[in-house]
Amino acid sequence: MSAVGAVFLVAVLLIVLALVYFLVSTIVALRRITAGLDEVIAGVGEIVEKSAPVNDVVTAINEQLDAGVDLLEGLLVQKAGLSDAVGLVDGMYPGAAAAGLRNFPGSSTLHPPRIGEVYTRGTLTLARLGREAPIAALSPQGAVLRNVEGGSRAARALYPDVRHTTPEKLPSSPVIGAGAPVQYEQREDIGAPRKRLPSKRS
Amino acid sequence: MLWLGAIVLLVVIVPVVVYLLNGVLQAARSIVPAVEGIAAVAAAGSKDLDAAPLLLTTQDQVTQTVAGLANYGGSLDVILDDAEPAR
Repeated sequence: MSAVGAVFLVAVLLIVLALVYFLVSTIVALRRITAGLDEVIAGVGEIVEKSAPVNDVVTAINEQLDAGVDLLEGLLVQKAGLSDAVGLVDGMYPGAAAAGLRNFPGSSTLHPPRIGEVYTRGTLTLARLGREAPIAALSPQGAVLRNVEGGSRAARALYPDVRHTTPEKLPSSPVIGAGAPVQYEQREDIGAPRKRLPSKRS
Repeated sequence: MLWLGAIVLLVVIVPVVVYLLNGVLQAARSIVPAVEGIAAVAAAGSKDLDAAPLLLTTQDQVTQTVAGLANYGGSLDVILDDAEPAR
C-alpha cells in the first residue's frame, strides 16, 4: 500500500468513526425525546379527559348564579325602589353604583343616595322592612333624616354633658354647710324635751 | 494530485463532517430537558385537575342554595310591601 492510500484510508476511517459516534448519540437523544413526548401525551390526555365536563358544569353553575342575582336584584328593586336599591348597594359596596344593577340598564346613571353613611346596616334593614317605621318615614323619597356631619352632635344634644352646658345650664345643686348661701334655722323644739301635755282629769 | 486530495480529505472534510454532526447532536440533546420539563408540567397539570369532579358537588350546592334563595325571596315578596312609585 502506498503512502497516499494509507492517508486516504485513515481519513475515511476517521469519517466513519465520527459518523458512528455522533449518529448513535443523536439516536439516543431522539429516543429520550420520544420517551418524554410519550409522557407529555399521556399527561395531556389526562388533562383533556379530566377537564371535559368542566365547561358544562361551570356553565350550569353560572346559570344558577345568574338566576340568583336576577332574583335578588328584582326583589331589592321591587321592595326598595330603584334609587334606594342602588344607594343600598353602593352603601354596602362603595363604588358599586357606577356599574349599576345588571338587569336595570338605567341604574348606572342614577345618583345613589348616601344610605350607607347615614344608617347602620341594622337600621337599614329595619328601614327597608317597614316603610311605615319612623326612621324611614321621610327617607325613601326625601332627604336623609340625620345630618351626616352633625349627626353625632345632634345625638349628644339630647343628654347633658359633664359641664352642664347643653342643652342649657341646669340649676346648681344646693350647697350645704356653714358657707351655704341659704342658712336654715334650726327649730328650737328639735332635740328639746318633749312638752308634757296636761293629764286628763278623771 | 492524489496527495492533494488526501490532505484535503484529512484536513478539511473530516473536521467539517465532525462539526456538522456535533451540531446535530447538541441540538438533539438540547431538546431533551425541554421535553422532560413539559412532561413534568403536564403531569402536574393533570394532578391539579383531580379536584375537577368536586365541581359536581359545587353545582349541587349552588342549585340548592339558589332554590333556598328563591323560597326566601318568595316569602319576602309576600310579607314586604312593594316600594312606592317615584313621585
